[in-house]
Amino acid sequence: MSSAPALVLQFLELILALLAAPLLTGWVNQCRAWLGNRSAPPLTQFYRQLAKLFEKEVVLADNASSLFRAAPYVIFACMALASMIVPTLSTDLPFAPAADAIALVGIFALARVFAALAGMDIGTSFGTMGARREMLIGFLAEPALLMVFFTASLISHSTSLSTIVETLGQREFAIYPSLAFAGVAFTMVSLAENARIPVDNPTTHLELTMIHEAMILEYSGRHLALIEWAASLKLYAYSCLGLALFFPWGIPETTGPLSMLVALSSLVLKLAIGGFLLALIETLSAKLRIFRAPEFLGTAFMLAVLAMLVHQLLETAT
Amino acid sequence: MRLLGQDLEFERLPGAQPVHRAACDDAGLLAFAAAAKESGGRLVALWGSDERDRGTGFALHVAFALAEGLALVTLALPAGHPEYPDLAPLFPAANRLQRAAFDLLGIVARGADRRPWLRHANWPADFHPLRRDCDASRQFPPQNEDYPFVRVEGEGVHEIAVGPIHAGVIEPGHFRFSVVGEKVLRLEERLGWTHKGVEKRFEQFRLADGHRLAGRICGDSTVAYAWAYCLAAESLSGCQVPQRALWLRALLLERERIANHLGDLGAIGNDAALSFGLSQFMRLKEDWLRLSAELFGHRLTMDAIVPGGVAVELADPGGQRIREQCDAIERETHRLKNIYDEHAGLQDRFLTTGRLDPALASEYSVSGIAGRASSQSWDLRTQNPIAPYDELDTQIASHRSGDVAARVLVRFDEVFESLRLIRRIVDRLPRGGLTAPLPAAREGSLGVGWIEGWRGDVLVALSAGAEGGIRRCHAHDPSWHVWPALEHAIMGNIVPDFPLINKSFNLAYSGVDS
Repeated sequence: MSSAPALVLQFLELILALLAAPLLTGWVNQCRAWLGNRSAPPLTQFYRQLAKLFEKEVVLADNASSLFRAAPYVIFACMALASMIVPTLSTDLPFAPAADAIALVGIFALARVFAALAGMDIGTSFGTMGARREMLIGFLAEPALLMVFFTASLISHSTSLSTIVETLGQREFAIYPSLAFAGVAFTMVSLAENARIPVDNPTTHLELTMIHEAMILEYSGRHLALIEWAASLKLYAYSCLGLALFFPWGIPETTGPLSMLVALSSLVLKLAIGGFLLALIETLSAKLRIFRAPEFLGTAFMLAVLAMLVHQLLETAT
Repeated sequence: MRLLGQDLEFERLPGAQPVHRAACDDAGLLAFAAAAKESGGRLVALWGSDERDRGTGFALHVAFALAEGLALVTLALPAGHPEYPDLAPLFPAANRLQRAAFDLLGIVARGADRRPWLRHANWPADFHPLRRDCDASRQFPPQNEDYPFVRVEGEGVHEIAVGPIHAGVIEPGHFRFSVVGEKVLRLEERLGWTHKGVEKRFEQFRLADGHRLAGRICGDSTVAYAWAYCLAAESLSGCQVPQRALWLRALLLERERIANHLGDLGAIGNDAALSFGLSQFMRLKEDWLRLSAELFGHRLTMDAIVPGGVAVELADPGGQRIREQCDAIERETHRLKNIYDEHAGLQDRFLTTGRLDPALASEYSVSGIAGRASSQSWDLRTQNPIAPYDELDTQIASHRSGDVAARVLVRFDEVFESLRLIRRIVDRLPRGGLTAPLPAAREGSLGVGWIEGWRGDVLVALSAGAEGGIRRCHAHDPSWHVWPALEHAIMGNIVPDFPLINKSFNLAYSGVDS
């Protein structure tokens, strides 16, 4: 049984995720604007957008089924759960045993399937087109993501995220070449999974080029707010996951006000740097032709497999 | 005189441009069109007019661009059965022009495509608003009609319908894609959503102020349209425009060209998700437009060109500021061009995308930037140039590959060339008056103005009415020829590349729907 402080911590971590995710999206947008020589929207812009959407009424297509109405809640729940499992402030998380790294990939896949089904549910050509492209990206990205997790699992002999982070975070400082390969692969997968440039463009208004946006074109009001919030949670979860796997320093094993404070400030710092780097990548890249996306994700998969091989060949030698 | 060895007697219309006009019959029209095609000429415009109040039924006017200039042939059509031979087999771009002429006037191309073009069930099929006895202010209840799109059959073929209402705030056009997976097998366009009845409205304008309406047919080409209109009005009334006014007109036209090219270059980058390009080029365009507003009183310099001259003046510090801005913009555009040229991701999107084959461009009489990117070397500033272009020695931009990259390069070339022209104009601007009075025009006399706008050649054919009024004014946008060619340029490309390809053409909606 988990202790009461651990439960509180788990709850705190969820609240933090819900509040910090829109800030992270806002930060990335700010950096993109600065890098593009534009004046940036305020950091809290995404909160205002969510508030606006929650105020607005929901407009539903006549032929929308209950699946279309349920999908935003399922997607949001998936992303909230995902951001609870990823160790950010502490590795002693009561919910962590509920899902390991492989289940986490499954949670992301579940959200994706619901988004795709909802996109097809209303029967517009854009929804179907977006769903089709999303599944293409998904089935290429998921194996690569799993391979990244397997590399980390091989190092720590566990698929539990908490154990992985504990092992990686508490080890003697050593350079793991395998993790470098895995890190690059993870970054590429994250760009694709979060519908960022160069795979997708989250800010486009061109229906024909959309992937993620095409699926959710018909959503409005609170449904759209939940989906947008879920998308920012996903970005947050992926960022935290990347930081936990590849830069795990600063996540304490113990709970206590002081270690919390250290953990929180290091998290904020790392997210700020990560967000800036994401904006930098997005500013410097053009979008790939959609049929280059398989090459892009194929490269990610190759790198992830290479990471495992490197680990087996170089790092397990005794 | 004779043209192309055909049995038609042409007379040269008065005015600065070589415009030759002849009357013909059905066989003569077909023979002349065939000879024009044979000689490498192109179809510029096709329109009709209602001459029943003069007792001659309807008339069909077809304009061809030849080496000798513009050849305008007129075919009289009987009032009872206004029919003429279908020109689409010779010039496929005639298809939509003929359909538009039927919607507006009820004149029929024999055996041709009879689907409506400008009419969207907003008025009955037997109501032809451009007939002189037709009251265009009549209101009809909104209706819906099925438009028979051409279907593509086959396994796995499905349709994607886009627009006319889009996810962004852009002009309305409907695009029907037949695709297999992501590959486009066929695109069919349906335009006409912004039809405003401009040509009917012209009939209520006076010859001396029709330029204001002409300048609003297509806002991004307001200078080209206004100049073409004024040129037509000046030709038919025999007005001698002061030299200084002509040079100032060229200055405005080149400024319009640069403003649009800068905007397009940014927007094309943005459509490949390089928003850096958009913000940089829009910054340059904004500086450019602000100087226009400051010097000429309007960002797009609307209403700056008036019949008989210009309504703006370039006072002393103005010329110096224009020259300084040209230097600054040239420097920055060079740097941005280097970034575009060296960006591997961007070039991967540009190269081989949306290729318009030179043969196809010629088939569709494609002119302007789209034509010059596909080996079609048409540029009125170098072919039969009017003053001041006869003294400016314009260099024509030309590329052969016909893809998005070529259209980007043509724009860069033209920006640099226009900057050179602007500096030369400012340096050599002659002194003198700005306007000349517009003499009264004889009723029924015809004038043509033909100007190389930033998109391509804009043609205005103007017929004077009684007491200084306008009898008929037809304005023709170059996009009429490029829209159907775009349907071919997209074939075999993938659906998500369409916005980029479309942006690289950046065709007019309002200009063709007018």
